[in-house]
Amino acid sequence: MSAAHPTIPISPAGGKSAAFEYLTTKKDELCGWARKFSLFPYPFVTACCAMEFMSVSSTPYDTDRFGAALPRFSPRQSDLLMVVGTVTHKQAPILLKVYEQMCEPKWVMAFGVCATSGGFYQNYAALAGIDRVIPVDVYIPGCPPRPETVIDGIMQLQDKIARQKHIILTKDF
Amino acid sequence: MATPIFESIQSQLGSLATASSVSHGTLVVEIAPAALSGLVQTLKSACKFDMLLDVTAIDWPGRQPRFDVVWHFYSTTHRVRVRVKARVPESDPVVDSLTQHYGSAAFQERECHEMYGIRFNGNADLRPLLLYEGFVGYPLRKDYPKLGEQPLVPYREGFDIADRAGV
Repeated sequence: MSAAHPTIPISPAGGKSAAFEYLTTKKDELCGWARKFSLFPYPFVTACCAMEFMSVSSTPYDTDRFGAALPRFSPRQSDLLMVVGTVTHKQAPILLKVYEQMCEPKWVMAFGVCATSGGFYQNYAALAGIDRVIPVDVYIPGCPPRPETVIDGIMQLQDKIARQKHIILTKDF
Repeated sequence: MATPIFESIQSQLGSLATASSVSHGTLVVEIAPAALSGLVQTLKSACKFDMLLDVTAIDWPGRQPRFDVVWHFYSTTHRVRVRVKARVPESDPVVDSLTQHYGSAAFQERECHEMYGIRFNGNADLRPLLLYEGFVGYPLRKDYPKLGEQPLVPYREGFDIADRAGV
């Protein structure tokens, strides 16, 4: 190795370590970076959007690229609630219960128009958007949404996570 | 094709039916609610209608009596369908249950009961099937409001059921 191209020695030289020891960043940026690539989705799948959900999570579209592929079938182990399909008034208490069982931090994705706004259902049976019952972070339009739309939604959610404040100990830290 | 079978069914039903005709290849039989049990027995045993396909109702707002209760039967022997209609008034929308004759009637009558408010005498279990306990009114009646939501979970702050009234 010539002197013109100095490298960082891996082993300590001269008794003092020159290896990578610390970096400077912000707590929220670090947490956001870590959290946005480790989304564990809980699929709350009620209707035909499930077909698109299967498509987007399988190999051709591969949500694993975004760290959001491994579904957890217990809400206690997940941090992204994907509400996929129509939610009826009869089902709203179940959705609320699932949401309340999730630990912080948690995010909610309304997958398709039915979860977003009730879609074309406007009657006694359908809930006109899950945001009437639980807070929603990202809405994905489409009936059903194309996999590209879902991926765009995941990326927007990742941006949101990267930018938001991550409370660890108290509201100040 | 099915006309000779229909004629023989019509003759077997005799005076049980108040009117009968053929509509789109289906025999349509209109009866008085009280005649239902006898007619169904004849249909099932003599005419071999061994399947109950559907129990539903039709709301005719403004007509007296207001409701048609409609049953569809299928014969796996003759391979034909028959539709039976009975008119019931809004004040007393009661017909006999067919659970004695067809087990499948139980669930279909539950649905018809919750959606139209038709009562089925003899069906011991008329709990809501698709709706939930505490739902007020009958959503498939024409006078049920289109936006008549009855949420089980209180809406979050900023959302009101009345928001959709102007939609």
